[in-house]
Amino acid sequence: MNDSLDPRVNRLTLNKTDDPFKVEEGENWNVFEVFHQEKRGAHHEHVGCVHAPDAGLALVFAKEQYGRRKKCVNLWVVRSADILAFNQEDEDMFANNLEKTYRDASGFKVMEKINKFKAKAK
Amino acid sequence: MYGGGYIFDEPNRVQQREEQLHDDPEKLAAFEMRIANGEKIEPGDWMPAEYRRQLIRLIEQHAHSEIIGALPEGTWITRAPGFKRKLALIAKVQDEIGHGQLLYNAAETLGKSREAMINDLLSGKSKYSNVFNYPAETWADVTVIGFLIDAAAIVNQVANAKGSYGPYCRALDRICYEESFHLKQGHDAFIELATGTPDQKAMLQDALNRWWQPIMHFFGPPDKASSHSEKLMQWKVKMASNDDMRNQFLDAYVPKIQELGLTLPDPLLKKNEETGRWEYSDPDWDLFFEVIKGNGPCNKERLDVRKWAEEHGRWIRKALMKPGTFERQALPVA
Repeated sequence: MNDSLDPRVNRLTLNKTDDPFKVEEGENWNVFEVFHQEKRGAHHEHVGCVHAPDAGLALVFAKEQYGRRKKCVNLWVVRSADILAFNQEDEDMFANNLEKTYRDASGFKVMEKINKFKAKAK
Repeated sequence: MYGGGYIFDEPNRVQQREEQLHDDPEKLAAFEMRIANGEKIEPGDWMPAEYRRQLIRLIEQHAHSEIIGALPEGTWITRAPGFKRKLALIAKVQDEIGHGQLLYNAAETLGKSREAMINDLLSGKSKYSNVFNYPAETWADVTVIGFLIDAAAIVNQVANAKGSYGPYCRALDRICYEESFHLKQGHDAFIELATGTPDQKAMLQDALNRWWQPIMHFFGPPDKASSHSEKLMQWKVKMASNDDMRNQFLDAYVPKIQELGLTLPDPLLKKNEETGRWEYSDPDWDLFFEVIKGNGPCNKERLDVRKWAEEHGRWIRKALMKPGTFERQALPVA
């Protein structure tokens, strides 16, 4: 009998052996990233991850962990090891050349030309 | 709930400072510049060894606090007064366990596995918030925890959510959102007792008297006694000093306690209107360190129960293992 205020704790056999208990590496399964869709038509957005023995249970755990509040219509899970990403330190490769108006909507002034054409046609 | 303001430090700092000297000065400067500019640090970024170590320590202890903190409250689920209180308490305890998972994941992005963190908790190497080494003796204790300990934790977590490490901030944003319900349901249950029968009121006052010192301990020793927070503040690991957080808590919550006709067991507690700071009797810091060392009323029970759960959960963790899933293992990516 343990000396606890909690009757449930008193029913347990605590410290059956004095051996220290050690969780083995990998015993907490594998890591899956979770993507949450808030409403139909919205993107799935990364919200965090779960530990699970396989993708099916990862979905179940993800529902408990990321779907118990707020609106959610769908979830994706994918093994963290399967995510391929650029190196964070290479972020400068995304720096934009400021002279890139040729691939930007603002780089094309159609109204100017139309107005000019209309003015000339009068 | 439960990022204690005070994070226990293992006594091996000398060795770490040596390591610190080997950080590339150019990379260190770029790193500090990034933080000064308000940018977040992400898992793949270069970071000083000491920053990584301190963050693992902070986030891991926060995670353990969520899990251990669910134990004193979980005790009262079967005896919660009424259906609505029981539903709310079950939901809150589930949230706390969920917060533990979010935080373990954030700590894992820094390179320490969840298994290693659990082992360090069970062996006593890694600590958790000291308040959970005290028993929840009556239902009034549950309302004091739900209202005031959660409130104190929110002060700390809202501050930390503006820190520099991306995964920790994202976890905290989610946690703070859920905490607002915890605080409100705790306040509601607290008010119900405070405005109830004389017996209810006496029970609450008794719980408040017993919890006041652990609450004053919550944010850790006074600033004048803690030596190493300057670098952590610059790196936005620690976002406010212990005394500042304690003061902010007292400012917001002492009036909410007093307006209900309750008293606090400290004759010196009062706000100095000139300085804007609260004055109070020094809580017993020797007792605080004694409890951290493992000699509090519930330290042993908390860890024994945790160990029991790990021992008795092993068979199902193993039964669910499927070949193939573990060919490639990785830590969380963000």
